[in-house]
Amino acid sequence: MVIQMILNGLMLGLSYALIALGLTLIFAIMNILNFAHGQMYMLGGFVVYYFYYVFGLNYFFALFMCIPTLALIGVIFEKFFFRRVLTLGRREESSMLLAMGTALLLENIALIAFGYKEQGVPPLIHGVIKIFGGYLPADRAFIILMSVLLIIGLLVFIYKTRPGRALRALAQDKEVTYLMGVDVNKITMLGFAVGAALAGLAGGLLALTFPIFSGSGTPITIKSFLMIMIGGAGVVPGAIIGGFLLGMVESFGYGLISGSMTYLIIFAMIILLLIFRPQGIMGKPWG
Amino acid sequence: MNQKNYARIVLVATLLFIYLIVLPIIFRNQRYLLNIVITASLLSCASLGVWITFSIGRINIGQGAFAGIGGYTTAILIMKAGFSFWQSFLLAGLLAALIGFLFGLVILRLKGVYFAMLTLSLTETFRLIFLNAEGLTNGGNGIMGIPRPGALSIAGITIIPNFGRSNIFFYYLSATILIIVFLAVWRLYKSRIGWIFKAIRISEDLTRSCGINIVKYRIMAYSICCFLGGIAGSLFTVFYQNIFPASFQVNDSVYFMLYCFLGGLDYLAGPILGAFVLTGAFEVLRFIQKYQEGIYACIMIALMLWLPNGLMSLNLGKVFGKRKEKELETTEADKLLKSYNPDSGRKSLKKEG
Repeated sequence: MVIQMILNGLMLGLSYALIALGLTLIFAIMNILNFAHGQMYMLGGFVVYYFYYVFGLNYFFALFMCIPTLALIGVIFEKFFFRRVLTLGRREESSMLLAMGTALLLENIALIAFGYKEQGVPPLIHGVIKIFGGYLPADRAFIILMSVLLIIGLLVFIYKTRPGRALRALAQDKEVTYLMGVDVNKITMLGFAVGAALAGLAGGLLALTFPIFSGSGTPITIKSFLMIMIGGAGVVPGAIIGGFLLGMVESFGYGLISGSMTYLIIFAMIILLLIFRPQGIMGKPWG
Repeated sequence: MNQKNYARIVLVATLLFIYLIVLPIIFRNQRYLLNIVITASLLSCASLGVWITFSIGRINIGQGAFAGIGGYTTAILIMKAGFSFWQSFLLAGLLAALIGFLFGLVILRLKGVYFAMLTLSLTETFRLIFLNAEGLTNGGNGIMGIPRPGALSIAGITIIPNFGRSNIFFYYLSATILIIVFLAVWRLYKSRIGWIFKAIRISEDLTRSCGINIVKYRIMAYSICCFLGGIAGSLFTVFYQNIFPASFQVNDSVYFMLYCFLGGLDYLAGPILGAFVLTGAFEVLRFIQKYQEGIYACIMIALMLWLPNGLMSLNLGKVFGKRKEKELETTEADKLLKSYNPDSGRKSLKKEG
């Protein structure tokens, strides 16, 4: 029983970490809370649904298609909406309301295009793996593996490449990044695109086990906010820790008590955590 | 009294005349249209609360939770404890304010996006609480068949007689409450406390260095906000005569914010204007109601792109023009603080106007 919950928690935690990483990346470089993150996750699910199930193409190709699709949406949002509001914005509320607007917009487009119905895709790998008395469907093992690979890939990108270094610089100090000769607009756009693509990839991965429907975005947005509140907003290790913790707690909660009670307890715990550490576990103290 | 003030009084009097006399007469037989104005009035009430939290520089996406608290308090007190509406109405507001006070002790330490994220999850938490506390709230089935307000009498004298199911009565009830709330908030905003709120928004550290206990004032602002949310929720509950955990959700909390933005954050009448314009526009364009949320989304985006200061910032003739300058006092210090970084958006807006 415990093993089973750990296995489920591992899958949830790692894929949540992927979602939280995207959100925290966008927050760190632009100081924007991307309310549409959950909706981007949902669209990733639909991309996989169409390419993999409806068009009958290879799953890996379908998963890969999440990257250009969501990155494009991210770039459009950044270029046409956020850039203007951030340069004109007199109050930080402006970008937040804009972000909420984009979330509502994506959700409604999805509702009109795909309807209310829950969709699912056939399993990619059949079979169940037995580990220490717990059962792990092969698909879930695949999700764990892919999440780990993607997280490692992202970390390598952020910490070992030139654009990654520019992203980190931008998160630290925008003016100085300008002075170092970085094309800040391009890097910001890149950051937004990577963040959106991460949400889409997570959606595409989890499409293998969870239903895909147009309303699945908002709960994920709220969950991803919780993750970065736990770990600390704008901090890469914080996002991984927050996502992993939330996934584990959720898995144990669902196993031991009911789903909505679990979230009640999680909210209470977060409020308690914030009394002692308002900046989250890994966040830097401010103000 | 100069001419500008005179024009303003005429404008306010006209609006009040339309609101209190013309609209009820035109709509007296159209229950549906009357309901829309009532809804807009109640939404304005809750949005005014959100506006107060904006005035201390906090982004509050948790008003839905407090409307829910007010609504459930009223429903439970009336249905299970046999209270009258009037008693439960007041208790609903006070309970919401108390809960807001207790939460405020903790969560007001957070700023910016952290506060926004936490209040957002607060809305969701309370929805789950209402869903799970089945003994009190009937869980997902909600509470239905709540009676409309009865007669109000104090010390044996009937102040408000029993109007039964008449909607005109409810219209005047919501109008009276909106006007009282507006006057109260206006009085508060013009007082020393109002100035302290503005100061907190501009710089908490600076305010504190002037010897002002900012913790006290920000908790005060938040409690007032929750009180308004509570009474609005209470009125909604008796108006629709039912309440469900899904009555007040994250989206509703977001809309309360949207009303404030649409009207203009710098103007006290902003949330009211926003609520009436949006609620009204959707009745005029009823055929597009299917796409309501999508259109709300487009409005939000367009607003932030082209009209970040809201409808009230449009320079509608001299009356509003003078008003704008007066109201902009709030942002005078803002301007100074940001003077090293010329704000091109505002300038272009002024040119357009």
